[in-house]
Amino acid sequence: MPVLKADFGACQGYANCVAGAPDAYDIDDDGTVVLLKERIGAEDLPRLQEAARSCPVSALTIEDA
Amino acid sequence: MSTTVVVGSSVAGVRTAQALRTEGYDGRVVLVGAEPGPPYDKPPLSKQFLSGARQAHEVTLLTAQEAHLARIELRLGSAARCLDVAARRLRLADGAELAYDTCVIATGAAARPSPWPVRSGLHVVRTLADSAALRADLLRGGPVVVVGGGFVGAEVAATARGLGCAVTVVDPLPVPMGRLLGPEVGAHFTALHERHGVATRFGTGVEAVTGESGRLRVALTDKTVLPAATVVVGIGAVPNDRWLAGSGLLLDDGVVCDEFCRAVGTGDVYAAGDVARWYHPGHGTRVRVEHWTNAVDQAALVARNITRPEHPQPYAPVPYVWSDQYDWKIQIAGTPADATRHTVVGRLSGGTARGGALYGDDSGRLCAAVTVNWPRALVECRRLLAGQAPFDTALDRVDRLAARAAGRPGATR
Ligand SMILES: Cc1cc2nc3c(=O)[nH]c(=O)nc-3n(C[C@H](O)[C@H](O)[C@H](O)COP(=O)(O)OP(=O)(O)OC[C@H]3O[C@@H](n4cnc5c(N)ncnc54)[C@H](O)[C@@H]3O)c2cc1C
Ligand code: SF4
Repeated sequence: MPVLKADFGACQGYANCVAGAPDAYDIDDDGTVVLLKERIGAEDLPRLQEAARSCPVSALTIEDA
Repeated sequence: MSTTVVVGSSVAGVRTAQALRTEGYDGRVVLVGAEPGPPYDKPPLSKQFLSGARQAHEVTLLTAQEAHLARIELRLGSAARCLDVAARRLRLADGAELAYDTCVIATGAAARPSPWPVRSGLHVVRTLADSAALRADLLRGGPVVVVGGGFVGAEVAATARGLGCAVTVVDPLPVPMGRLLGPEVGAHFTALHERHGVATRFGTGVEAVTGESGRLRVALTDKTVLPAATVVVGIGAVPNDRWLAGSGLLLDDGVVCDEFCRAVGTGDVYAAGDVARWYHPGHGTRVRVEHWTNAVDQAALVARNITRPEHPQPYAPVPYVWSDQYDWKIQIAGTPADATRHTVVGRLSGGTARGGALYGDDSGRLCAAVTVNWPRALVECRRLLAGQAPFDTALDRVDRLAARAAGRPGATR
């Protein structure tokens, strides 16, 4: 099952990920990404991959586990 | 097997190629780029790459290995010269011809050239090479004159100042950011320069630049002359659509597309990113957007429409752009040009600024928002904009966010 990962130190709060996949990513009051879930189903993979690739600082990855 | 040729290897082109695979496209994907090196990202060129905080390999968008894994064939180092729409063939500068079933035009934009011909010391910032050359001159020290107080000019000014240079920004508009954000909010951006010791000569044009690197003279319309070691010209961009002149495609300051991002009059040519002028169904008019997030979102949509042509989706995004200037993280969503009113929330001055402005249009809806050092509020506003929220509802939500932030220890309000 694919697993969402985030580099919280790299995140700059641009929030493209939130716009692309509000069910998976949110942002806290300090402007850092929050993962709303860890494991995702295969059917969500394309959409979440696109959301992760919309991060301007490449802070988001999706790993196979 | 069908072939998609993507022309232009920066963010719009790279993301289109990647998204084709994500969408399950199983034909050939060929990525054509004029520049020989690995595809790279642009926003750091006026920020972290220019300052030295990030190296060239850290702005790479797609490595050879990533391309290989995604079965993206790289055809870098040769510009596309001509597109034969009827025969579905693309000719490159090196003489090679590529046949395609689908073509995506993602050739972006070029810096509007400097109108002042000087031999050395004058820079524009669009490519990695531009930014590296400017950095080398900045490291030799100032004074630096930046012509243009828009996003790129302001970012270069901030970075040059951070490198220890004396900097002056010149712009013919009295409040350069006011054109986008209105004079009241725009004035805070002028103050931002001044607080960091960068001089502004706003409301003044440039008449001539003469001399050479290290000994340039910038003559202003008010008859003063600024000495400069280095001059940076940031006066906008022009779409790279000239190479399509003989193709028969409709060009009008960009490649003219329908709401599905298909070049009008074709079924198999698409455009994405800075070069695309498409029909935005939400605005009821054709628009061209020069923002990173638009390039990525449009790339994803084009890939989807290529993969599922029987269910094409229209492209109607809420514009979004960020800019990092000095100690400010600036984010803008929506279309402030449509505004008839605005309200400032929080604080838009000083190093601990944390606030924003909401803009409403004459229909009573929220039409845009700008925030400074407050990403949480901008996320909320992007949602509200996407949902076409009334201005008052939006203001109420953002006020509540401000109150919540104020209630926390360490908050800046
Ligand atoms: C210095 C700078 C800072 C920026 N900062 C921000 C920011 O902070 N936030 C933000 O939202 N946006 C920012 N932008 C804007 C953003 O980078 C652009 O919107 C984005 O790069 C557009 O991507 P694109 O792929 O459409 O076009 P481009 O990035 O212009 O890329 C086009 C590519 O096509 C290639 N090409 C051109 N003609 C041909 C041809 N005939 N054949 C083959 N290849 C060709 C070019 O070499 C280039 O690689 C910035 C831009 C610059 C220049
Ligand atoms: S897009 Fe990237 S930088 Fe922006 S909030 Fe998401 S993870 Fe952070």
